[in-house]
Amino acid sequence: MSTTSSSLSSSQGRRFQRRYLLLIPLILMTIFYLIPLYVMLVTGFKSFEEVSLQTMWNLPSGIHFDNYIEAFEKLKPHLWNSLIMVIPAAIISSIIGSINGFVLARWRFPGSKLVLPLLLFGMFIPYQSVIIPLAVFMKNIGLAGSIPGLVLVHVIYGIPITTLTFYGYYMTVPKELVEAAKIDGAGLLGTYWNIFIPVSAPAFVVVLIWQFTSAWNDFLFAVILTGNKSWPVTVALQNMAGSQIIAGNVQMAGSLLAALPTLLVYIFLGRYFLRGLMAGSLKG
Amino acid sequence: MFARKEKLYGFLLVLPSIIAVGIFVYGFIAWSVRVSLSDWVGLTADYTFAGLRNYIELFSDPRFHVDIRNTVIFTVVFVLGALIIGLFLAILLDQRLPGEGFFRGLFLFPMAISFIVTGVVWRWLMNPATSADRLSGYNLLFDSLGLDFLINQWHLTPTYGMAAIAMTAIWQMSGYTMALYLGGLRAVPEELREAARVDGASEFQMYRRIILPLLWPVTLSAVIILGHISLKVFDLIIAVAGKQLPLDVPSIYMWQTTFDGLFYGRGASIGILLLISVAFLIIPYLYYSLRSEGEE
Amino acid sequence: MKRRKSLSLQILSIVLVSVFLLAACQPAGGEASEVEVFSWWTGGGEAAGLDAMIEVFKEKNPNIEFVNSAVAGGAGTNARAVLATRLSQNEPPDSWQGHAGQELIGTYVKDEKIEPLNFLYDEEGWLDVMPATLIPLISDGGNIYSVPVNIHRANVIWSNSQILADNGISIPTSMDEWFAAMDALQAAGVTPLSMGEQWTAMHLFETIMLSSLGPDKYNGLWDGSTDWGSSDVTAALEAFTKTLSYTNSDASSLSWQDASQLVVDGSAAFNVMGDWAQGFYQELGLEPNTDYGWAPVPGTGGNFQFLSDSFVLAVGAPDRDAALAWLKVAGSKDGQDAFNPVKGSIPARSDGDVSLYNVYLQSAMDDWASNTVVGSLTHGVVANDSWKSEIDTALGLFLQDQDVGAFQAALVAACASTGPCQ
Repeated sequence: MSTTSSSLSSSQGRRFQRRYLLLIPLILMTIFYLIPLYVMLVTGFKSFEEVSLQTMWNLPSGIHFDNYIEAFEKLKPHLWNSLIMVIPAAIISSIIGSINGFVLARWRFPGSKLVLPLLLFGMFIPYQSVIIPLAVFMKNIGLAGSIPGLVLVHVIYGIPITTLTFYGYYMTVPKELVEAAKIDGAGLLGTYWNIFIPVSAPAFVVVLIWQFTSAWNDFLFAVILTGNKSWPVTVALQNMAGSQIIAGNVQMAGSLLAALPTLLVYIFLGRYFLRGLMAGSLKG
Repeated sequence: MFARKEKLYGFLLVLPSIIAVGIFVYGFIAWSVRVSLSDWVGLTADYTFAGLRNYIELFSDPRFHVDIRNTVIFTVVFVLGALIIGLFLAILLDQRLPGEGFFRGLFLFPMAISFIVTGVVWRWLMNPATSADRLSGYNLLFDSLGLDFLINQWHLTPTYGMAAIAMTAIWQMSGYTMALYLGGLRAVPEELREAARVDGASEFQMYRRIILPLLWPVTLSAVIILGHISLKVFDLIIAVAGKQLPLDVPSIYMWQTTFDGLFYGRGASIGILLLISVAFLIIPYLYYSLRSEGEE
Repeated sequence: MKRRKSLSLQILSIVLVSVFLLAACQPAGGEASEVEVFSWWTGGGEAAGLDAMIEVFKEKNPNIEFVNSAVAGGAGTNARAVLATRLSQNEPPDSWQGHAGQELIGTYVKDEKIEPLNFLYDEEGWLDVMPATLIPLISDGGNIYSVPVNIHRANVIWSNSQILADNGISIPTSMDEWFAAMDALQAAGVTPLSMGEQWTAMHLFETIMLSSLGPDKYNGLWDGSTDWGSSDVTAALEAFTKTLSYTNSDASSLSWQDASQLVVDGSAAFNVMGDWAQGFYQELGLEPNTDYGWAPVPGTGGNFQFLSDSFVLAVGAPDRDAALAWLKVAGSKDGQDAFNPVKGSIPARSDGDVSLYNVYLQSAMDDWASNTVVGSLTHGVVANDSWKSEIDTALGLFLQDQDVGAFQAALVAACASTGPCQ
């Protein structure tokens, strides 16, 4: 008895140590992941004279908030544009995705099995191959060069991924619940509203975050479809790079500002997003 | 039991999406096909039918050959790298180590940032100068850590420079594969692990024999997602390396030939070829995964 | 339940905080008369020069709002993509920046995207002040199509005077002298010639072609009278190949600024770049003649390989009158003398106020007036966009394999498919 218990505790001890050894690769990976962020951060605080490729690893001589102020001044209207574009785009496409996912998963109609793959294929098209007809089409419907036009584009190209996410999620809702609701006389909207919406929060979080980040980070659609007053921050940031002397410090400060909203969303909501991802709701 | 009218409602709810995707995806693809079969060069649309000429020319175009080589290198390095690192991180995090939540969030955050933002940093980090007075970025770091043998030309490495670009993509997407794998690992019933331990299997054997085979569907999904990303890769290369022929890929060729050279017909052909290669990857997958889900 | 509540609270607070933070920044809208001008001058001296010219415009036209739609050219050449998309869907800006020459004539005029401006030249008397060499390059069939604002010189070699002095080298004036000098530098362990990303290789290429072929045959390349397959061209390509052997190995990762910087940092002896490099050096606070020297690219003395930025009038301009008001400023003495000293170029008009320009620009003004003028390939003068893009691809492949035969064959094919050799 005593021998087994002592061998057990010593093996537990070994496992304990080994587990902590596993932190070493984790910390190494952490460094790899954080290096770009470190360079962005320290460069953003440097003065113009301090910025050079050979001293990029050095810490700044002081904390210069001037760069952030300068970058913010330049990016301000465009940060606003991004925000008023991204929020409706994320909300509308989540709602559409939820309805589509519900119908295709649990309220099927003849041919609905064909609709799903046809919608999903849209997720995989290279956007470069639709950009020209897209530009012509947007002009013809009078939405070229405007924020609502950009919202529409993000909503439509978001349909596949949002539909798929909700489809996958709603497939886990037991069929029996739907049957029971029907027996109680609930119609389509009643079933959707009373049974599916209340359990949808995790899927909504995943889809909202996904759409928020992809619309926020988009450059291709934005640069082609908007004009200088409606440019979102990605386009403005690219313009800040300029073409003569590149003020690396201001550029890095601007980059960080432009990344801040998505970073905040990930910091505050990341674990819900991850939980949703891990639940397989975004498996592809 | 399903009333016909109720089914009709369902259809009507999905109809706007069907129409939108019909126009914005399939309509535009059809339009691109039409352009790809035309002679259109210049700023004015010209749909004169040219048959398959644009496609045939591409197959003997040395630049397109470079593109195919680069795409293959990028895809192999990126997909394998993101899978291996993602799986490695997921298994590490599966050990319930302290700070797990922190690490999970950390590995995922590059996904949140676009390459418009991090491109310049990567450009600096992978500075390819190797002469002692001009070392910078990782090469400078290696030098000061005494790891001189690691100093290399990064994306300027002849022929295999794309591998360095793929590394930045791994940085961005391996957290995503980690999340997928972690989800898969957490779904493995604890009894299976216990049973394996009772049978005297080491942790390594347990992962190798029991858990990895269970992760196969996750791997497949990840391969599809990463694979189609690598076929479409564009802004990442532009941000890190600019438009350089040694690092050319079809989407960059398409962009340049369409907008700089105004060869709309050729540009559309490249777009369609890209689409076809994506379709080869996607259609079997969609068929497989939707059929298996329909069975449940 | 509690978890869900805290989640929604978090979402709500993030949204609210962001909205409040940014609510103050909403730009005010206003629909007065406005002119939208598209360019790729988004940074440095270029943007500052444009701003100076916009100031002149605002003084003269207080009622017209100036919309500066500058999109960065940069690595993605986004500017060209945006412009091409807008033009092919017939939604042009009022006016945009176009290089004088074939970029203008062989692309925009050919596709009827811009209006002739002869009436404006008559009204403003510009024919008397714009150089006679320039007018044919912006004209087609007797119509003048753009308003040039500046002249840049492409065939300039920049050098580090200290390195040259240390190695006993004087600035070379022929290709042979240049090669000898670079051999000596290489032997001394100095990088002889700095070069940047692919377009700077094309820039070097065009100056070597001019040096090796001379102005007449060089011009003949672009009108079809010089055979791209000839042995003269082969010799020029071999000279180009030899020149490349003196360049830094990390060229394709450097911007033109990085490459110019190598010379003043003492990491390289020479750099071939247009004279916007001088504007860059000026911004760095360097002194001409002491911190850096300049000369025509060896073998191109007496030739001025030029490019010119010009502004055009869109067919179907949303506000044609406002566009004309802008073009009047762009062609005026005030406008050009506000723009050019800041941008670091010489005015297109021949009556610029010499005292406003620095020592380099004054020498360029003299050369422009006295030299043989030829056009630049990289900057849109001699070849239309399609032809240039085919040459660019051929050059990119050549930089990888250094196969002169294949390069020449590709150049012959490019001239036949999109140039005048059809």
